[in-house]
Amino acid sequence: MATQAHTTASGAKVPVFYERDEHAHEPSTMLGFWIYLMSDCLIFTVLFATYAVLGRNYAAGPSPVDLFDLKLVALNTAMLLFSSITYGFAMLEMEKDKLRTMQLWLVVTGLFGAAFIGIELYEFSHLIHEGATPQRSAFLSSFFALVGTHGLHVTFGIVWLIVLLIQTANRGLIPENKRRLMCLSMFWHFLDVVWIGVFTFVYLMGVLQ
Amino acid sequence: MSAASEAGHHDHSEGGQAHGSVKSYVTGFVLSVILTAIPFWLVMGKVLPNVVWTTIIVLALAVVQIVVHMVYFLHMNTKSEGGWTILALIFTVTLVVITLTGSIWVMHHLNTNMMPMSPHDLLHHQP
Repeated sequence: MATQAHTTASGAKVPVFYERDEHAHEPSTMLGFWIYLMSDCLIFTVLFATYAVLGRNYAAGPSPVDLFDLKLVALNTAMLLFSSITYGFAMLEMEKDKLRTMQLWLVVTGLFGAAFIGIELYEFSHLIHEGATPQRSAFLSSFFALVGTHGLHVTFGIVWLIVLLIQTANRGLIPENKRRLMCLSMFWHFLDVVWIGVFTFVYLMGVLQ
Repeated sequence: MSAASEAGHHDHSEGGQAHGSVKSYVTGFVLSVILTAIPFWLVMGKVLPNVVWTTIIVLALAVVQIVVHMVYFLHMNTKSEGGWTILALIFTVTLVVITLTGSIWVMHHLNTNMMPMSPHDLLHHQP
């Protein structure tokens, strides 16, 4: 906080000093987290490149046309998109310092995220039941590596979300919790961006071939 | 002096995160729904007879949707953090493009050269 001007009893004004470095850690946390997200983006890039190279090597096994159910993928995409906007609403409530409604939107976001993971696990179990396991072909290995890594990220995002629900319930919307909520917001929206790449590159283009 | 400290203070509150509004989130959401629905409709309904064109359109819509998410959900702009976030993003996008196109390009050529030949080809290529 800036040092406020003190007016002495005599009415003479004392110079005003602004301490600018006090909150310097807050914006730099955001920048640091952004750089983490960019490095995470590179992990996904490598997995996308692996899928691009190996995605057509079926080893006489099933191909995307045989396996992928686009209706399920569309439903999954909708879940993640809904969770993105509900997290946005949670952030707006956080700015208004409304703890309860913020937590309500967070819970809704978590439920959409859980629905996404549930549908994805159902899809995976269905594939494995049909014999389309990661060991079956290079296509399936790279598919499970890419989509599974994204699913793991969402899972840990939900864990983080639950932790923040507990944190805000205990401590309220203190600056530290707001900073954490903003970091999770970036993480959550970033995962939705990665999912755009997944449904386009893996599912839609896989079925197109 | 006072103007400078005003500007400094303004920078500080805007610097970390440019926050959205209900309107900007809803705009981003509606655009995303449209940009998701079109590619799914194109592929599931087999609307276009040409696969290559469908692929190009689907990829282009994905790029547009990524930009929409960046602007409306991640609040990307050229000013946040004094331009460092956009710089990190540009650097990452450069690496992404090099990695993806490089991998696809190199491995495609390798595949073309190493393609297992059919028995017919083998007969013709035998020394």
